[in-house]
Amino acid sequence: MGYEPQADFGTPASTAETLVTLTIDGRSVTVPAGTTVMRAAAECGGSIPKLCATDSLKQFGSCRLCLVEIDGARGTPASCTTPVAEGMTVHTQTPRLQKLRKGVMELYISDHPLDCLTCSDNGDCELQDQAAAVGLRDVRYGYSGENHLGAMPDLSNPYFDFDPSKCIVCSRCVRACDEVQGTLALTIDGRGFGSKVSAGLASDDFLSSECVSCGACVQACPTATLQEKSMKEIGKPERSVVTTCAYCGVGCTFRAEMRGEQLVRMVPWNDGKANHGHSCVKGRFAWGYANHQDRITKPMIRASIDEPWQVVSWDEALAHMASEIRRIKDKHGARALGGVTSSRCTNEEAYLVQKLIRAGFGANNVDTCARVCHSPTGYGLSQTFGTSAGTQDFDSVMDSDVILVIGANPTDAHPVFGSRMKRRLREGAKLIVIDPRRIDLVRSPHIQAQHHLALQPGTNVAVLTAMAHVIVTEGLTDETFVRERCEVDAYEEWARFVADQRHSPETLEPVTKVPAAELRAAARLFATGGNGSIYYGLGVTEHSQGSSTVMSIANLAMVTGNIGRKGVGVNPLRGQNNVQGSCDMGSFPHELTGYRHISDDAVRGQFEADWGVALDPEPGLRINNMLDAAVDGTFRALYVQGEDILQSDPNTHHVAAGLKAMECVIVQDLFLNETADYAHIFLPGSTFLEKDGTFTNAERRIQPVRKVMEPANGYADWEVTQLMANALGMDWSYTHPSQILDEIARLTPTFAGVSWERLERDGSLQWPVNDTFPEGSPIMHVDNFVRGKGRFVVTDYVPTDEKTGPRFPLLLTTGRILSQYNVGAQTRRTANTAWHPEDLLEIHPSDADNRGVKSGDWVKLASRTGETTLRALVTDRVAPGVVYTTFHHPATQANVVTTDFSDWATNCPEYKVTAVQITPSNGPTGWQEDYASWSERSRRIAASINVEAAE
Amino acid sequence: MSSTADRLIYMANQIARNLATMGDDAAALTTANHIKQYWEPRMIAQIKGTDQSALSPIAARAIGLIHGTGPFHVRTAEPASIDGTGPCDAG
Repeated sequence: MGYEPQADFGTPASTAETLVTLTIDGRSVTVPAGTTVMRAAAECGGSIPKLCATDSLKQFGSCRLCLVEIDGARGTPASCTTPVAEGMTVHTQTPRLQKLRKGVMELYISDHPLDCLTCSDNGDCELQDQAAAVGLRDVRYGYSGENHLGAMPDLSNPYFDFDPSKCIVCSRCVRACDEVQGTLALTIDGRGFGSKVSAGLASDDFLSSECVSCGACVQACPTATLQEKSMKEIGKPERSVVTTCAYCGVGCTFRAEMRGEQLVRMVPWNDGKANHGHSCVKGRFAWGYANHQDRITKPMIRASIDEPWQVVSWDEALAHMASEIRRIKDKHGARALGGVTSSRCTNEEAYLVQKLIRAGFGANNVDTCARVCHSPTGYGLSQTFGTSAGTQDFDSVMDSDVILVIGANPTDAHPVFGSRMKRRLREGAKLIVIDPRRIDLVRSPHIQAQHHLALQPGTNVAVLTAMAHVIVTEGLTDETFVRERCEVDAYEEWARFVADQRHSPETLEPVTKVPAAELRAAARLFATGGNGSIYYGLGVTEHSQGSSTVMSIANLAMVTGNIGRKGVGVNPLRGQNNVQGSCDMGSFPHELTGYRHISDDAVRGQFEADWGVALDPEPGLRINNMLDAAVDGTFRALYVQGEDILQSDPNTHHVAAGLKAMECVIVQDLFLNETADYAHIFLPGSTFLEKDGTFTNAERRIQPVRKVMEPANGYADWEVTQLMANALGMDWSYTHPSQILDEIARLTPTFAGVSWERLERDGSLQWPVNDTFPEGSPIMHVDNFVRGKGRFVVTDYVPTDEKTGPRFPLLLTTGRILSQYNVGAQTRRTANTAWHPEDLLEIHPSDADNRGVKSGDWVKLASRTGETTLRALVTDRVAPGVVYTTFHHPATQANVVTTDFSDWATNCPEYKVTAVQITPSNGPTGWQEDYASWSERSRRIAASINVEAAE
Repeated sequence: MSSTADRLIYMANQIARNLATMGDDAAALTTANHIKQYWEPRMIAQIKGTDQSALSPIAARAIGLIHGTGPFHVRTAEPASIDGTGPCDAG
């Protein structure tokens, strides 16, 4: 079959329900009303020549190549701008059309380099294809007229080039940046013959402009003008494999376009249900980390963390691991062992790690990174709705009328979904943003939030309770929904609570710092503006009242009747590519797959029967409790797969102390990460390109991950876990992840209908998938809540114990940036460092002035927990009294300052509220320098004995 | 928060404070249930074994309600769920 570009129907599909039948070149075709003639032709096997049209963008009508003749209509209309009509008869090829099309092509080619054979788009160029399609044989104007062949290429972007000499000014790139991405970084500068694509001002190039390097323009470009550098270097792909991105919880589907085992480029798959053919800089371009020089491909062990690593064979590493685990188990008991599953590895892999720990180690001490991000979502939504996941799919946003974004920054952290949301906002939906910081979404091209409630960090519950107060006291409750779908007693108790005067916006204003009138207006808008949907992120969960905030959000959705259909719902924006899956797979210490408590005899019995071993019926330790127990001496061994707790968990000193106290730390990862500084056994892991399996995104959508190359370390991650299990005496014999998926389906009612074969056939499935929902569940709680009736839960505002004071007068909150991903383990090892080479501290001008700080200065960031130094960025995006930074670079050590405070129900760390002081500094702190040198020492790898001495 | 015991006392007090609006009896019972559902046995043993004077009244009552090992469900009947997921989720 070889390499085929993705089908392009020319113009977007129509969603109309009425159908129209017409005839194109003698063939009858039936399509929805509103479909263009161009698309109708493509759908019945034809292909009208086109250059300025592509089906991800609205029709433009500029190239004049797609002209057709229609019986009864005058002239030669453009098929891209002509909608179909019942009984229409279209001719796409006539002598007149041929002449016209050739004329258009002659003009294009008279100003185009004729280096097809050496051009990077050779064989993949739409201009070439159309020149062939129209039968171009000569260009009567010759080639010596005015032209653009001398235009200088712009090579500034690390991933793609812009060569204006090949540009045909079809404007597809400009339109893609507008309609698909919503950044509007590109424009056509000049007029007439002088028109050219410009990335902003004349002084900008792509890197300095507002371009976010999403690649939409590169995808849209029909020629080699915008072209991936990798395509230039390698050549045209020979085959493509559809797989799922391993970065964030949007879970974009890509085609990995390969030549042999070399990845040429990742191109978004148009049929991807989460991304619909769009991508962001990370998934699209930042995959080079798989081949980075830091990648470790051989197992290593060492007796103590002060020694360099010794490279050993797999057999030796596994034998050593087994003997250590057995020794520690014999001496200290099974409960001294534990592990952390990865939310970046596949569902099958998370399942095997928790199986290894429960059935192999013999303890329930397994946890996952959701502990530090969305565990409050799990608790809060299960208490109110009965299930711990978002209620909608991403497409639901397109039916929303009022969008409430709280504690989330989708344009940075879930960019592809952020672009969809922006598309809906540009169509007229209203926006309310609740965030201490003026995130990009508040005001960006063609978008402005109706209300930005810039609350004081830590007061989420107060704000949401005040909004509920407005809704209940002003009679805006959806009484019908509440009476039919919710527990009435609980509702009435809650309504009494929120209606109390002490919860009014006016009374709470001194606490929240949100003007009461603004809050009232926002509440009224949400309750009365139509379909209201809520999107939230870690700004909600990473607080001491994270679970309470989630429950407040659920209360708000229920009281306004915004559950159970498209366009509404409660949508937690899950961060990691498979954190949803990792939680589904029983990675929490107290529950098995499908969120069923370990103490439930019937459920546990089923697993014991299937796994052939008795299981501990008591809940295990969460990560932070494992660290405490380690310091106390009762927890001694930890197996960490694909997670860097030292960089990402709060209070670095506490994490380091815990790790140091353990006797056997096993790290399975691609690189020597910060946690590996304290490890005794290192097992090299594999990337998402090197294994089969499934990821589950924030929509509960299970999507296949497909292997495109052999693992550089020799084994897929699940194979490593199996090797470990068998070294410990278990007898696992999985030969393919589909068998693991079958086992999961057998043991988990919400996954009963899921299988690899089904995913191959259907592309993706949203759980629950079982007899009640045989095709999966895009929208949940449609007729009933999972728990039966929705439950209102009273959430009292309890201020955090992290207080500002004279020594620490500012509040620090943290977040993410588009180009780097979490701890940066992957993205720091790609060219994305061009955009964000270091973490910066955002500080308001008044706070900066008071301290004599300017942008670019080193500042010391100190809290009661610790201190670190980084450079400042003075901006009014943060309010006075609030500072902000990211945590993508280990050198920053941002978590040295974060506290031990955490959510009351789940121990999700309160990353978002730390009392700090900022002072000018003259460079990194002693701690950072010590840490850097300790880290460097810890990563020494002793030369292998088998290496021959160089002469 | 220095030692593990201090941390556990803080956690128990925090749970109790966040459930206080339920009224003392219900709050103590729900706190006890929460701890039994999510805390590892060592943590429960530790908090039972340590000096409890720093516990708030509700938290102290809750700790007193927790006995022995094994499953401990305050709710008498779990609401039936449609798709088989447990009614109480990730903690």
